[in-house]
Amino acid sequence: MLNTKPSIPANDPLANPEQKKLIDEILEKNKNLPGATMVVLNELQSRIGFISEAMQQYVADKLHVPVSSVHGVVSFYSFFTTTPRGKHTIKFCMGTACYVGGMPQLIDKAKSLLGVEPGQTTPDGEITLEVCRCVGACSQAPVVVVDDKIVGRLRPNKFPQVLRTIQDNKQ
Amino acid sequence: MKYYRSHVLVCVDPECLQKGAHELVDALQDELVATGLIDEVQVLETSRIGGCSLGPEMMVYPEGVHYVGVTPDDVPYLVEEHFLKGRVVNKFQMPTTKIVDEELGAPTQKEVRIVLRNCGKIDPENIEDYIAEDGYQALAKVLTEMTPEEVIDTVLKSGLRGRGGAGFPTGKKWQFTRQAPGEIKYVVCNADEGDPGAFMNRRVLEGDPHSVIEGMIIAAYAIGAHQGYIYCRAEYPVAVSTLNIAIQQARNLGLLGKDILGSGFDFDLEVRMGAGAFVCGEETALIASIEGRRGEPRPRPPFPAVQGLWNKPTNVNNVETYANIPQIILKGPEWYASYGTEKSKGTKTFALAGDLNHTGLIEVPLGISLREIIYDVGGGIKDGKAFKAVQIGGPMGGCVPAEYLDLPLDYESLAQAGTIMGSGGMIVLDEDTCMVDVARYFMDFTQDESCGKCTPCRVGTRRILEILTRICDGKGQDGDIELLENLCQEIRTNSLCGLGQGAPNPVVSTLRYFRDEYEAHIYEKRCPAKVCRALIRYEILPDACTGCTVCARNCPVNAISGERRQTHVIDPDTCIRCGICMQVCNFNAVVIE
Ligand SMILES: Cc1cc2nc3c(=O)[nH]c(=O)nc-3n(C[C@H](O)[C@H](O)[C@H](O)COP(=O)(O)O)c2cc1C
Ligand code: SF4
Ligand code: SF4
Ligand code: SF4
Ligand code: FES
Ligand code: FES
Repeated sequence: MLNTKPSIPANDPLANPEQKKLIDEILEKNKNLPGATMVVLNELQSRIGFISEAMQQYVADKLHVPVSSVHGVVSFYSFFTTTPRGKHTIKFCMGTACYVGGMPQLIDKAKSLLGVEPGQTTPDGEITLEVCRCVGACSQAPVVVVDDKIVGRLRPNKFPQVLRTIQDNKQ
Repeated sequence: MKYYRSHVLVCVDPECLQKGAHELVDALQDELVATGLIDEVQVLETSRIGGCSLGPEMMVYPEGVHYVGVTPDDVPYLVEEHFLKGRVVNKFQMPTTKIVDEELGAPTQKEVRIVLRNCGKIDPENIEDYIAEDGYQALAKVLTEMTPEEVIDTVLKSGLRGRGGAGFPTGKKWQFTRQAPGEIKYVVCNADEGDPGAFMNRRVLEGDPHSVIEGMIIAAYAIGAHQGYIYCRAEYPVAVSTLNIAIQQARNLGLLGKDILGSGFDFDLEVRMGAGAFVCGEETALIASIEGRRGEPRPRPPFPAVQGLWNKPTNVNNVETYANIPQIILKGPEWYASYGTEKSKGTKTFALAGDLNHTGLIEVPLGISLREIIYDVGGGIKDGKAFKAVQIGGPMGGCVPAEYLDLPLDYESLAQAGTIMGSGGMIVLDEDTCMVDVARYFMDFTQDESCGKCTPCRVGTRRILEILTRICDGKGQDGDIELLENLCQEIRTNSLCGLGQGAPNPVVSTLRYFRDEYEAHIYEKRCPAKVCRALIRYEILPDACTGCTVCARNCPVNAISGERRQTHVIDPDTCIRCGICMQVCNFNAVVIE
C-alpha cells in the first residue's frame, strides 16, 4: 500500500500541543459512540473552528474509518470548513422574510464597504461574510447574525454601525 | 424548597434579548432584593411568549399578566405596583389584538393550543414545572395501565397524522414499526426543521422539551425500542442545550434510563446534531447522518419502519407529532379528534411570516380557513396592501392565490390547490411581490440544497433556476414557459427523494395561478410588481426631494448626484437598482418606474 500520509503543516492545530490535546479529548470521549464521525466533526468544528486536511486524516485513523469517508462527510455538510475563518463572522440571512425584506441591498452595502463577497474573509483576517438560511427571527427582517448575536431590522445605512461594534469589541 | 407566591417569566429569545431582556432580568432581581421580595417572587427565563416585536416580554403568574416593553427604569414602579400593592400596571400590559376587517367576517374559531400549551408558561429548564402541568402523567398511565397495542390503538383513534410534512397516520407508522421483525428498534425525532421561515419545532424544543421527550418514551414503549435519538439542526444551539438539560433531569428522576418508573421498561435518549444540510430532514438522509455518513437519501421502500437506523426498524416522527402524544393519551383520542376535519384531526402549528400585521407562531385547529388565519389570527395584510398569495409548505410547497382563501386547511384540500401542509411554514405575500421572483427564490434554495445524488434533481433544478433567472433578468424567451413545464414534470417523476419530487412545486403553482406574470416578464419585459431589478428604473421626484443627500451617501455605486438642498438625480447607467435610496429616503422622493 502506498503510504502518502501528508505531514502535518506547522500551522495546523495538530502541531499545537494545546489544540492537539483538545482534539484527542474529543476523539477519546466520542470514539465508541455509534455514528461517531459526525459527533466528532461537529465538536471539532465548533471547538477548533475548522477541520484541516491533517485533522481529517487524524480523525480517520483514530476512528478506524477510511479517510475518504471523513472527506466525504466534511465536504457534504455546509457547516464544516477546512480553512480557518475570520475572527468574526457576519451572516446574512437569506431566508424568505429577509430576502423579501431587503437582504440583497444590505449585502451590496456590505460588499462595497468591506470589498469582499459572502464566503470570503477580509484580507486582515478579521471578518468573514457568509449567507445563511433563516435564523428564525423573521419578524425582524432583514436580519444579520454577527458572531452569535442577531441584529434585526438592519437597514443598509445602519451597516457601518455594525462594523464599528465589531471593531470596538476588538479593542 | 422555597415557596414563591409569584413567578415572573422573562422571554430571552433573540428578539427580546435584543430589546434588553437580560437587563430587565437583572433589574428585576436587583429590585426584588432591594424590596425584600426575592424570597416570594421568582424570576425565570423562558423563551418566546408571543408578542415578539413588542419585547422585552414577561408573564407574571399566577395572575397570567402579560407585560411588554418594560425597561430597567420602569422596574421599581412595576415591582411596587404589582408585587407590593397587587395592582396590574395597565400601561405595560400586552395590547389585546383587535379583530381586523369586518368585511371578511369575524373569526369562527380561535387558536387552540395543544402543542404550544406550555410554551412561554413554564421554565423549560425545570422539569418540575412540566410535571406541575400534568407532565409525565401520560407516561405513567401508559407504563402502568396500557399495553403497547392499546397505546397504538389510542394514537390510531386520535387520527393524528405526521406533522413533518407528508401527513402519514402516526398510529399506522408505529404499528408497522412494532410489527417489523427484529429485536432492536429505534425511535428518532426529526428536529431538522429546515424550511426557511419555519421555527415551530424550535419553539417547542426550547419552550417545552419534555413534551417531546415524553412523547418519544411513549412511542418507544409502543413499538418496543430502547434507544432514541433526537436529530436537531446545528442552527439551533439553544434547543440542543435545552434538550440536553431536559434529558439529564428526566434521567435523574428515573423517567429515562433503566426500569422507568419501576415498570421494567428501559429507554434512553441522545441528541445528535446536523451540520447544515437541508436534505437531512428527509428521513433516510437523516438516518444516514446519525450513522455518521453523508446525508444522502436512499430509495424507499424499504421504509425506515422496516429498515432504518443501522438497518433496524426505526420510527421517525417530527417534533410536533411527538409533542401531541402525551395530551392524546391523557385526554383521550376522542378529545383530540374533536378538533379538525374528518381526515385531518387536531391542531397544527404554523410560523406565520411575510407581509402581515401579526407574524409569529400560531396553533390552529385543522380545517380553519386560510382567510381566518390571515385576517383574524394574522391581523390582515400590512400597510393596507392587497393580499396576493400565501406560500405554504416551504420549498417543496406552493403558492395559493386569493381565490383559495376560503380553502379549509387540511391535507387533502391543500394538495388539491397544488401545495402541501408541509411542516408549518406559511408566508403571506402582498401585491408588491413578484411571483416569478418567489419561484426563483425557492428554486435557488432547492438547487443549492440538492444533494446531487440523482441527475434529474441535480441538473434539472439548476436548469430551472437558469431559466427563471433569465426571465427575471429580462432575457426570457418564447418557449421558456413550456420548457419549465417539461422540466418540472421530468424532475417530479424521476427524482429519488421528496426534495427533487417536490422541488418543482413553487414553479408549477406560480405558473398555474400567475402565468400572466411570467408572460409579462418574457414578452413585455415588464415586472408587474416592480421587483425584478433588470426590469425597473429608480427615479427621484424633483418635487418631493429636499436635497438632504442621504440617498447619495448610501448609494453603493455613487449613482446619485446633486448638491445639498438641491434636487438629486440618479444616473440610470450606473445605478445597480439595489433600492437602498428608496429605503433610506425619508421623504418618499424615490420611486420605481
Ligand atoms: C427534503 C425534505 C426535507 C424534510 N425536512 C423535514 C424536517 O425538517 N422535519 C420533519 O419533521 N420532516 C421533514 N421531512 C419529512 C421526513 O422525511 C419525514 O417524513 C418525517 O420526519 C416523518 O415524521 P412525521 O410522520 O411525524 O411527519 C422532510 C422531507 C423531505 C423530502
Ligand atoms: S432528489 Fe435531489 S436531494 Fe433527493 S436524492 Fe436526488 S439529488 Fe438528492
Ligand atoms: S434621500 Fe430623498 S430627499 Fe434626500 S436627497 Fe435623496 S431623494 Fe432627495
Ligand atoms: S437603486 Fe441603488 S444603485 Fe441605484 S441609485 Fe439607488 S442606491 Fe444607487
Ligand atoms: S428569513 Fe431571516 S430570520 Fe427568517
Ligand atoms: S422574541 Fe420574545 S416574545 Fe417573541
